Amino acid sequence: MGQETLIDGIRAALGPAVAAVADSFGDPVLVLRPEAVRPALAALREAPFDYAVLLDLTCVDFAASEGRFELVYHLYSLSRNVRLRLKASVPAADPAVASLAGLWKNAEWLEREVFDMFGVRFEGHPDLRRILTYEGFEGHPLRKSYPWRLAQPRIPLKDDV
Amino acid sequence: MSGLDFVTTRLETALGWGRKFSLFHYPFITACCGMEYMSAACAHFDIDRFGAGLTRFSPRQADLLLVVGTITHKLAPVLRTVYDQMLEPKWVIAFGACTVSGGIYQNYAVVQGIDRIIPVDVYIPGCPPRPEMVLDGLLKLQDKIQHQKQDWRWAKKP
Repeated sequence: MGQETLIDGIRAALGPAVAAVADSFGDPVLVLRPEAVRPALAALREAPFDYAVLLDLTCVDFAASEGRFELVYHLYSLSRNVRLRLKASVPAADPAVASLAGLWKNAEWLEREVFDMFGVRFEGHPDLRRILTYEGFEGHPLRKSYPWRLAQPRIPLKDDV
Repeated sequence: MSGLDFVTTRLETALGWGRKFSLFHYPFITACCGMEYMSAACAHFDIDRFGAGLTRFSPRQADLLLVVGTITHKLAPVLRTVYDQMLEPKWVIAFGACTVSGGIYQNYAVVQGIDRIIPVDVYIPGCPPRPEMVLDGLLKLQDKIQHQKQDWRWAKKP
């Protein structure tokens, strides 16, 4: 399957879920509508696309833009040895997207990391707790609005002079 | 033993001499400085030449805590517990820029120097420090131990 036919096939299968298509160093990049993320990735996981591996799931904070948090999904097909990148933007007020926890097991921890760092809620996640920071940490440190030197120590420190 | 029938010394000097050449160290390694620790500890630079070659893997058996690598706020209570578990007398070396001052990290996660959590005897800067610096820091600690005044409160009768 060449890249042109691949993208045509994905567009035909997903229909209006695909908002835009781009190319990044030879790999296709699809921009999805946020409400279509889960059905679209569920379709891409099965034949004929067969993207069996969720390589990465992360997020970017574009503080100035309207769709502030851009979720980035990286998929990989073992049978065809090709990669696919998908993006979906969610708004700053109450950012939320459907969880992929039922599709890929590793999505659970990746989504917990994005929740911890960016505060994006994943609806349908079985255990959406912080994963890198600790219980009692306030805020989401990789948001652009987090003060860059704000520390939240767990034990009392000696006073700074 | 001709000519050496008896030797005089001060108790503090003898204790310091004994302690400085029998350091049992506990390496608390969290980051890339661990590679330099391994280099300093293994045969090429050989920290055992200075009597600090016996690595203990329990803080209860150690008297020198080597804090090697970045300490985060999440890890800080663990480091405090490890320090509290060590028996007196005990010493601490801050190994590398991250433990000295937080190093290149000044953000939500990293403690800005382990001396905010536990007392430190010798600071070894560098990112990472070369093994020669580690050995130099160890020699400075030995010098400190040799001249340390002993705490005799435990020996005094009430």
